[in-house]
Amino acid sequence: MYRYDDFDAAFLAERNAQFRAQVERRIDGSLTEDEFKPLRLMNGLYLQLHAYMLRVAIPYGSLDSVKMRKLAELAEKWDKGYGHFTTRQNIQYNWPKLPDVPDMLDSLAEVGMHAIQTSGNTIRNVTSDHFAGAAADEIADPRPYAELIRQWSTDHPEFQFLPRKFKIAITGSPNDRAVTRAHDIGLRMVERDGEPGFEVIVGGGLGRTPMIGKVIRDFLPEGELLPYLEAIVHVYNRYGRRDNKYKARIKITVHEAGLETIRDEVEEAFVQTRADFEGVDERVIARIRERFVTPDFVAGGAEALEEAKADPVFRAWADTNLADHKHPDYAIVTVSLKAHGQTPGDATAEQMRVLADLAERYGHDELRISHQQNVILPHVRKADLATVHAELKRAGLATANVGLASDIIACPGMDYCALATARSIPVATQLAERIDTLRIEHEVGPLQIKISGCINACGHHHVGHIGILGLDRAGVENYQITLGGDATETAAIGERAGPGFAYDEIVPAVERLMLAYLEHRTDEGEGFLETYRRLGAAPFKEALYGPEKRKDAA
Amino acid sequence: MPRPFSPKIVTANDLIEGDVVYLTADDRWSRSHSEAELLEDEAHATIRLLDAERQQNRIVGAYLADAKAGPNGPEPVHFREAFRSRGPSNYAHGKQVAAGHQ
Repeated sequence: MYRYDDFDAAFLAERNAQFRAQVERRIDGSLTEDEFKPLRLMNGLYLQLHAYMLRVAIPYGSLDSVKMRKLAELAEKWDKGYGHFTTRQNIQYNWPKLPDVPDMLDSLAEVGMHAIQTSGNTIRNVTSDHFAGAAADEIADPRPYAELIRQWSTDHPEFQFLPRKFKIAITGSPNDRAVTRAHDIGLRMVERDGEPGFEVIVGGGLGRTPMIGKVIRDFLPEGELLPYLEAIVHVYNRYGRRDNKYKARIKITVHEAGLETIRDEVEEAFVQTRADFEGVDERVIARIRERFVTPDFVAGGAEALEEAKADPVFRAWADTNLADHKHPDYAIVTVSLKAHGQTPGDATAEQMRVLADLAERYGHDELRISHQQNVILPHVRKADLATVHAELKRAGLATANVGLASDIIACPGMDYCALATARSIPVATQLAERIDTLRIEHEVGPLQIKISGCINACGHHHVGHIGILGLDRAGVENYQITLGGDATETAAIGERAGPGFAYDEIVPAVERLMLAYLEHRTDEGEGFLETYRRLGAAPFKEALYGPEKRKDAA
Repeated sequence: MPRPFSPKIVTANDLIEGDVVYLTADDRWSRSHSEAELLEDEAHATIRLLDAERQQNRIVGAYLADAKAGPNGPEPVHFREAFRSRGPSNYAHGKQVAAGHQ
């Protein structure tokens, strides 16, 4: 965990004092909403359908027990006792009142947290692999680089008014768990001649015009990261379209100008930025590394895991919710926030405290939030897994479904979001309940269902194996299905299956897709995506629309 | 031929609480959709929206939303306005608590 210094604390205190004064002036009428809106957005405060919403940054999804308890405190004191973890590893509070928000921000600052650059046309919270620092397949921990990017991008004067928002994701593993190919910039750590560096991917993004990012540099030495990033954002800032909101993201800039042109421009700018940095970033990252406290792993006790598997409930959970740790006597625990029928990504204050306690007692005081809206205990001794599982069970947090059909990503949709065109949460909860009733998901195996309540695609539907997009069709909720999306290092945008389904038809439609997969797969070893890639859309369209409709839809 | 004017209400969000409010005929901001003034004349609707927009220190983002007359007052036409008048569907939070909706 990175420890913040006095500079960070002073910066936050000053920023919060400014915002407190701005809120006071809005309430006493000195500021109009037009004047106040950009100020509140700079501090993560939105106005949604039913209330204000405060989006708090969780830098690269990493936090400790003190921070998690603070999130619980906010949920209880100023919200309705829960918080919503998002697909960008942040947390959102759905019910704050305007006069309370400065107090919430001061309270967050006590533990070094804030809501800065969680909105607006700036570089947003840097996201990362939620297994960072723990994964067995990792080349190096990406979080020091993520922290470097956080410090560089926070209040960067050149990048406060970009053409549009800008999202960076970073992973230290060849297996991409951070969806790097669907970000404005994706950074994937690779090795060349034994030296770590980055594959730099640019121009990915979902939303209205989904695009898979393109490799602009196949190997960037780690010491040149910041000047290269600055060169990219500099070129984007200059050429990005400000005339049309829907064409303002860097993916459009890259698409319209062509990758070669953008690459040439970036390399030219890079000559200057590299000279300007004078190696300062290399000194900063050395200091960041010193401030990252790495756990002292305790050897032994691994045999306890096999013994605990005598309990079938534990065994089912261990099969789905554990991942390989770089230390042989440890495991990575993913705590599902997807209990069947519950809102994906929501945790109560009580659950947050249980997670904080478990992290403190059994997890080297570390927690992560995944873009899949689950919570990770990255470092748990195999000897402690049975105890951790029992405690999670008591808190309603032991659902054994990570990576399965009911581990659904869903944006808040029209239950909260002012931009939404349809609801997504009840589709997710009803689908998960149906899957549970059918007792089908362990047989179906790994399946990613992702639901967005509008074209902006916060629910990542384009890269779901099964994607669901909620739309408003002539005043009625309608749900479009995409098939074959992939969020990993083999990223792909799903293809539209055909006409959409009504609100009460969408759950049965997805059920038919799962049954069609079971019917057509070669054996248990062939996953949904592989079957789709082998056979194409035809058998799935038939399952959705029947033989007649399939012809119309084709 | 111009399209016939469909009835509207003026709605916004409260500045302090952020929740949904409706402009009433007697110039109050009500939390209840059924208390909204149903605006059946286009010119009058435009004036009422201007009245609302002048109240910057009380509300945010006033707009005209389609509505229809019902036995207990105006009712929402579009599902978005129906959700705004009730609250989210995943928890019994928001207006539905006070109004006794399911």
